[in-house]
Amino acid sequence: MRFYIRKLASLGSTVLLVSVITFLVFQVLPGDPAEIVLGVDADPHQLAELRQTMGLDRPAAERYWTWVKDTSAGDFGQSLRYHRSVADIVAERLPVTVSLAILSLGLTLLIGIPLGVYIARRDGKLSSLLLSAFTQLGLAVPSFWLAFILILVFSVTFKWFPTYGYVPWSENPAQAFRSLFLPSLALAVPGIAVVIRYLRNTLLDQLRMDYVRTARSKGLRDRIVLYRHILRNSLVPVLTIVGLLIADTLGGSIVVENVFALPGLGNLLITSIGTRDLPLLQTMVLYIAVIVVCINFIVDILYRVIDPRIRLKR
Amino acid sequence: MKWKRLTRNKPMMIGGGLIALLLAFMVTSLFYTPYAPNEMNTEMRLSPPQADYWWGTDNFGRDIFSRIMEGAQTAFLIGFSSVAIGLVFGLAIGALAGYAGGWLDEVLMRVIDAKLAFPGILLAIMLVTVFGPGLGNTIAALGVMSIPAFARIARGGFIQYKEFTFVKAATARGAGPLRIVFLHILPNISSPLIVTASLRFSGSILAEAGLSYLGLGVQPPDPSWGRMLSEAQPFIANAPWYVLITGAVITTMVLGFNLLGDGIRDAYDNKG
Repeated sequence: MRFYIRKLASLGSTVLLVSVITFLVFQVLPGDPAEIVLGVDADPHQLAELRQTMGLDRPAAERYWTWVKDTSAGDFGQSLRYHRSVADIVAERLPVTVSLAILSLGLTLLIGIPLGVYIARRDGKLSSLLLSAFTQLGLAVPSFWLAFILILVFSVTFKWFPTYGYVPWSENPAQAFRSLFLPSLALAVPGIAVVIRYLRNTLLDQLRMDYVRTARSKGLRDRIVLYRHILRNSLVPVLTIVGLLIADTLGGSIVVENVFALPGLGNLLITSIGTRDLPLLQTMVLYIAVIVVCINFIVDILYRVIDPRIRLKR
Repeated sequence: MKWKRLTRNKPMMIGGGLIALLLAFMVTSLFYTPYAPNEMNTEMRLSPPQADYWWGTDNFGRDIFSRIMEGAQTAFLIGFSSVAIGLVFGLAIGALAGYAGGWLDEVLMRVIDAKLAFPGILLAIMLVTVFGPGLGNTIAALGVMSIPAFARIARGGFIQYKEFTFVKAATARGAGPLRIVFLHILPNISSPLIVTASLRFSGSILAEAGLSYLGLGVQPPDPSWGRMLSEAQPFIANAPWYVLITGAVITTMVLGFNLLGDGIRDAYDNKG
């Protein structure tokens, strides 16, 4: 119980810290945020007006406090460009990014885990060479360039998938899947490389454990030892990197959404940089950061729930 | 003996080879490129690779090979400078946290860890939004992104070696904190620092490509591989070589530094 309270307190302080950093970057570092929005040679009258709307006449600490208070009450403020509530705009874009993240994480695990097991089972020279080649390449390729290649092969040449654009799930689920498949694959590749590497190393470590020898010596077949005993124990550590994978996916989707013109958060983020929509940007960044922090929190808790040894350790 | 162990380390040799190749490319571009990187030959727009234009031409009829050569300057400049920024500030913060301990350590490390909440290039995007794009700001933003990795190593090394007899002996002889950091602890954590520097170098290259692709990184007239990719995207169907070659060069550089970093780590781990 004490563990959970401590974790919860740490979650709270991290969220607070993240909000301070976000606020500092957008509201304090620029000196005059209104100037960022309107540009340096803006009409002084307009500038004064905007400062009023953004509440810049008040001290930063007070503005921060109001922002935190409003945000935690569910009021995310107004977008400067769209003249609508930020919450509504984000809510419209969120499903795209979430679908992309889930699909890409699904692909990562579906492809990464079997490959990792396969590689560990036949730990030969050629297969480990191919493995290192693949994982090293997977980690080195810029995801948006990979997206270009996927477009070139599957959209331009074979015409299996659309080049860009998005169809909502509610409109046509099959089309929605088709529009999200290539972007999620592009996002998944670095993650697949990470999972394969990680799982293979864990599996090979587990192979040397005493319980494996016990299971073997009591006559269990290799397959059963592998799938029932070793894999189970190896998947727990893999869970710890799922949090990192989700964060990476969200970070990568900023770029990849723009390659495929998917109307998600990443796309909105870049658009609002172009339109200098500071309130929208600030909230969106906080939004993404809080999602990441919460996911890591959940993974931490799950890890403990799944593996009783960790629960009993302290 | 040591040299032999290094040359046997394949990832490191391959990585080092790739980097040496790109470095030669970059240095050559300072004196010579087959064409002036901005020279337009409108009759040769989007021509495929051929004898006159090894890697083809772009939509303005500019030689892609020459432009990539010139872009290597920016890539090395950004990688090197951002790693240097990350190293200097990371070392300072990490050493301070490890040396002071207590609440200061707690606070500093909390701030460092908060970086994890801003995934991928989000932090760089935030900074570039506020300070504006361009070569200098891109370097600064990517440098900030590299600070946490170095800070964590410096702090870890400090806490670990603080308790060692040779450090205690130095302290007893009256060595000040700076002397301890630079003469006694830094040499001992140089291997993980070099590994991190190599991996952060490739991280910066990847991040710069992403930022410049989004139009938030290096601005014209400074050459940039990432921006070349975004310029190439509309022509992906009629001039696939433009996209393929540019991305392959970025990948080669990232791969080179990743392999080098991994290789040094292996060589270092196998010491005992």
